[in-house]
Amino acid sequence: MEKPRILKNGIAVTGLVIILFYIIMIIVSVFWLPFDSSAMDVKHVLESPSFKTGHLFGTDEFGRDVLSRIMKGSSVSLIISISATAFGALIGILMGIWAGFLGGRWDNFIMRIADIMFSFPSLLLAIFIMAVLGENTYNVIIAVGIVYIPQFARISRGAIISLKSNEFVRAARSNGAGDSYILFRHLLPNSMPPIIVQISLSLSVAILLESSLSFLGLGIQPPEPSWGNMLSGARKVMMIAPWTAIYPGLAIVTLVLGFNLLGDGLRDVLDPRLRNVR
Amino acid sequence: MGRYVAKRLLSLIPVLFGVSLIIFFLVRMIPGTALEMYMGTQVEATPEQMEELTRLFGEDKPVFILYTEWLGDIVQGDFGCSLRTGRPVLPDIMARLPLSMELTFFSLFLALVIGVPLGIASSLHQNTFGDFLSRVTGLLGLSLPQFWLAALMVMAFSGFRGWIPMGNYVSLFEDPVRNLKMLFLPSLSIGIGFAAVVMRYTRNSMLEVLQQDYIRTAKAKGLKQRSVIYTHALKNAILPVITVTGFNVGYLLGGAIVVEEVFALPGMGRLSLYAIYQRDYPIIQAIVMIIATIFVVVNLITDIIYALADPRIRLDDTAR
Repeated sequence: MEKPRILKNGIAVTGLVIILFYIIMIIVSVFWLPFDSSAMDVKHVLESPSFKTGHLFGTDEFGRDVLSRIMKGSSVSLIISISATAFGALIGILMGIWAGFLGGRWDNFIMRIADIMFSFPSLLLAIFIMAVLGENTYNVIIAVGIVYIPQFARISRGAIISLKSNEFVRAARSNGAGDSYILFRHLLPNSMPPIIVQISLSLSVAILLESSLSFLGLGIQPPEPSWGNMLSGARKVMMIAPWTAIYPGLAIVTLVLGFNLLGDGLRDVLDPRLRNVR
Repeated sequence: MGRYVAKRLLSLIPVLFGVSLIIFFLVRMIPGTALEMYMGTQVEATPEQMEELTRLFGEDKPVFILYTEWLGDIVQGDFGCSLRTGRPVLPDIMARLPLSMELTFFSLFLALVIGVPLGIASSLHQNTFGDFLSRVTGLLGLSLPQFWLAALMVMAFSGFRGWIPMGNYVSLFEDPVRNLKMLFLPSLSIGIGFAAVVMRYTRNSMLEVLQQDYIRTAKAKGLKQRSVIYTHALKNAILPVITVTGFNVGYLLGGAIVVEEVFALPGMGRLSLYAIYQRDYPIIQAIVMIIATIFVVVNLITDIIYALADPRIRLDDTAR
């Protein structure tokens, strides 16, 4: 069997390896953590990383093990990023294919809504929605997901419009295929490549948005660990205990980089127009 | 060109109208009326007083009337009063807006000043390793949380207090040198990731342009390499960079809001968080409306700069 093309792309494979690493970490963290991630330990507050104590990444201001909290927080980050992207993608794609397929007045109306949503800087929109909905985990998913709706709408609309006038669509129609058959059997599968690339890039931005919200105290609420709120807690003590700020940040950077590498590699593989772009 | 600008300006009106609708009605979705939030749980009022307050807060009117009144006030520059202090919100916002804007544009400036020259320089050495390096650097730039970089910088430069003033914030007009020194690290932490993105785009775009026939002609004519690169190639190569810059002003602005927190700078980020914690919705409403307006205008300016740099855009427009 020939290797799938995606596996020949070094950039994408590097991204996949990083993501796999985190997925394994999440699975492990469900069954085993080096320490209880929420157990406070007044005797070991702000201990520096060491093999002797077993706190490989040190402890935070409450004596909790930083590594355990990062492991616990990885599932929060990944679950939120996947759910938010799914939420935004689902609504955005529906809007986009509807606009692109029907055209005319619907198209105009839907795309104006997307334009209006685009007029908010993404973090500001997310902050605003959190302010309206109140701070809890589900609302973070909604706030981050809404940011993506216009992006997915625009991309899927563009793809549908460019495909709509193709020969194969006319052929299907002359064979008696109905609108929804054409839309879901012909147009949607063919417009997947740019959407898949966008999904991968959105997953990365979602992690950044979630961590920014949590850092500001508007996202995941302590004591539930998330990489963003760990950094928020670290702010008060990072001068004397830099490890409390360094490791959660590194976790964010590597996972986000993983999704970005995957997305960029996927673009090479899936989007032939961009194959020459380095 | 005048026609193009006028047309684009007109197109802002429906967008801003939609923005105001969304903001107003989202804020209405919050459980509890503004009056209830104002009163809190500690105050008791007689029925007559409540009636008076209800009228004062306009809550006896239908929501649509309230919206038109609010919109009318905004157009006249009146964004309402704070639920906590009773003072008009606009002066408070205007006192903090310049700092956030300065951070945004300072970081944009740094990103371009670092990214474009590096991109040009790296495009002159075309090889596979260079491709790989610029690509990974660009992706890494996209992956760095700005507030984390800011925290790292605070830690790294904490020994250089004299070099980087941390204390009380001074505005650009009071003491420009001190102000710029103060904002340098925050701006760098906001902009450095984007600098990597700019570098990648500049490099790609330069590589593409440098392969074109007119560049070969210019070289064959015996022009100096300097002149070929700066006057011939860069002019075309910079176009995608302008587009990507326009797209990312919002990202930089968001970065400014978060990074202000790390450096304890009194900007819009501070004010929004305060307003959210205090449930002071007139302030939130005003901030979101003002920032969205600025953002839309900045995008328009980007489009105009693009049209100035690329005459084909304008030709397209008149031909239509």
